[in-house]
Amino acid sequence: MFRTDEIIKASKLPPEGVAMSRKIDYIYFIPILFVTIVGTFHMHTALLCGDWDFWLDWKDRQWWPIVTPVTLITFCAAIQYYNWVNYRQPFGATLCILALGAGKWIAVYTSWWWWSNYPPNFVMPATAIPGALVLDITLLLTRNWTLTAVIGAWMFAALFYPSNWPIFAYSHTPLVVDGALLSWADYMGFMYVRTGTPEYIRMIEVGSLRTFGGHSTMISAFFSAFASSLTYILWWQFGKFFCTSYFYITDDRQRTTKVYDVFAYATLGPQADKAKLSGGKA
Amino acid sequence: MAADSSGRGYDISQWYDSKPVKLGWLGMLGIGVFWVLYQRTFGYSHGLDSMTPEFDSVWMGLWRFNILANAVFFAVSIGWIWVTRDRNLTNLDPKLELKRYFYWMGWLVCYIWGVYYAGSYTLEQDAAWHQVIIRDTSFTASHIVAFYGTFPLYITCGVSSYLYAQTRLPLYSQATSFPLVAAVVGPMFILPNVGLNEWGHAFWFVDELFAAPLHWGFVTLGWCGLFGAAGGVAAQIVSRMSNLADVIWNNAPKAILDPFPSQVNPNAKAGY
Repeated sequence: MFRTDEIIKASKLPPEGVAMSRKIDYIYFIPILFVTIVGTFHMHTALLCGDWDFWLDWKDRQWWPIVTPVTLITFCAAIQYYNWVNYRQPFGATLCILALGAGKWIAVYTSWWWWSNYPPNFVMPATAIPGALVLDITLLLTRNWTLTAVIGAWMFAALFYPSNWPIFAYSHTPLVVDGALLSWADYMGFMYVRTGTPEYIRMIEVGSLRTFGGHSTMISAFFSAFASSLTYILWWQFGKFFCTSYFYITDDRQRTTKVYDVFAYATLGPQADKAKLSGGKA
Repeated sequence: MAADSSGRGYDISQWYDSKPVKLGWLGMLGIGVFWVLYQRTFGYSHGLDSMTPEFDSVWMGLWRFNILANAVFFAVSIGWIWVTRDRNLTNLDPKLELKRYFYWMGWLVCYIWGVYYAGSYTLEQDAAWHQVIIRDTSFTASHIVAFYGTFPLYITCGVSSYLYAQTRLPLYSQATSFPLVAAVVGPMFILPNVGLNEWGHAFWFVDELFAAPLHWGFVTLGWCGLFGAAGGVAAQIVSRMSNLADVIWNNAPKAILDPFPSQVNPNAKAGY
């Protein structure tokens, strides 16, 4: 898929140059790119939808399927822009979700369990890997970010609840406590009171559309898909903004100018352009 | 050109040296392990009540160490980079420039590892700790490591990265890179944002609701990290190294290494 051999051949670099290129890969992709996404995306997620990700009893049918995909698709879109436009690599979303998962699971075991003594199943994060794979595959197949926003982003959000169902379904099984019918998740939440828990989660559902209508999860997922699609469009443009690489230069008359595209071709004369494009054989 | 003894047929040391990045990363890992072990050892035994004398000695002692150590690290790091700056960048050998780009990426590796400590590890550790202890001070056992340990640490590495580029790489000595400024200054402002955070927790609400708007300043400033590794700075590094490789190994004209030929007085910034 990556056609690495063809690309190396096209660069016309000798083995020494190819070795240099591989050194860039080793230092850049894991220690710089991946770790940056872990640090920034984890902060973004924890402070925008973190409480839904921390607690088992917050993983409800009303807000969890909305706030989490909308929060997660942001970085997925921006990194997709960076990876796709610059390198034609179609795995930006999956890379983001894997990076987030790495940061989250280190936190679950070292902070929540090891230091604060929470049982991991009570603070287990959701997964978005299936949705991210579909988002990336949509970009790869359509090669079009608008279609990815319409199809892929919708699928990213719509797949969120069903792909987490195998992990969290057990917490929705019923039990009766003092004559009241509760889910395991609700019961654990009521037993462990946190002052930040919002009222809609503390409320026991009794005979409403949410309880008996049977469609509440799908309605939430549908709304989430719409919101994720719009968020994807916005954050694809954010990705473009993050990739701006212009300089400000000040000349000898103290005039400051913004200069774009200083590297590859733009500021070179025609002869140098030709030399660059043909590997120095102009 | 002298070939090395590894049988490669070329001398890799002319354009690559991984020792500084390995030492730097191990140093970052070492201080991180120290902090975590300190927290696990003294968190519950001395860190629950800020009014006790042992909290002052054990935890405020660590706070004083963090402040002092970070101040010394900042002074030494910035001082060394400035004192040993290259004062003549006009005729920099392309292979040496390539080597400096690898050194620079080493600085960025350390910077980003510090961002990981601050944005991922200690951030969620802070969430976990404040669920189980009463927040009776802004200097809690998790804050002392997160805000006053990891934040100044990555800020020093970020500023050092910026200064290294400005004093050793021709491109950044001639002009100001917008994405590089954003990638360093944005996360740097997370430290002053702690003031807003602690003010809010002191006078608004003490419980740890992580998605509260009080925390959104951290989020928007953290986004600036994407200008670096997944944005303009990475694009600049890859493009420049590609141009250097073309000059060194593909006989491309050296003119392609000077992107501002008609716009900058060549004598104005030939080195600081």
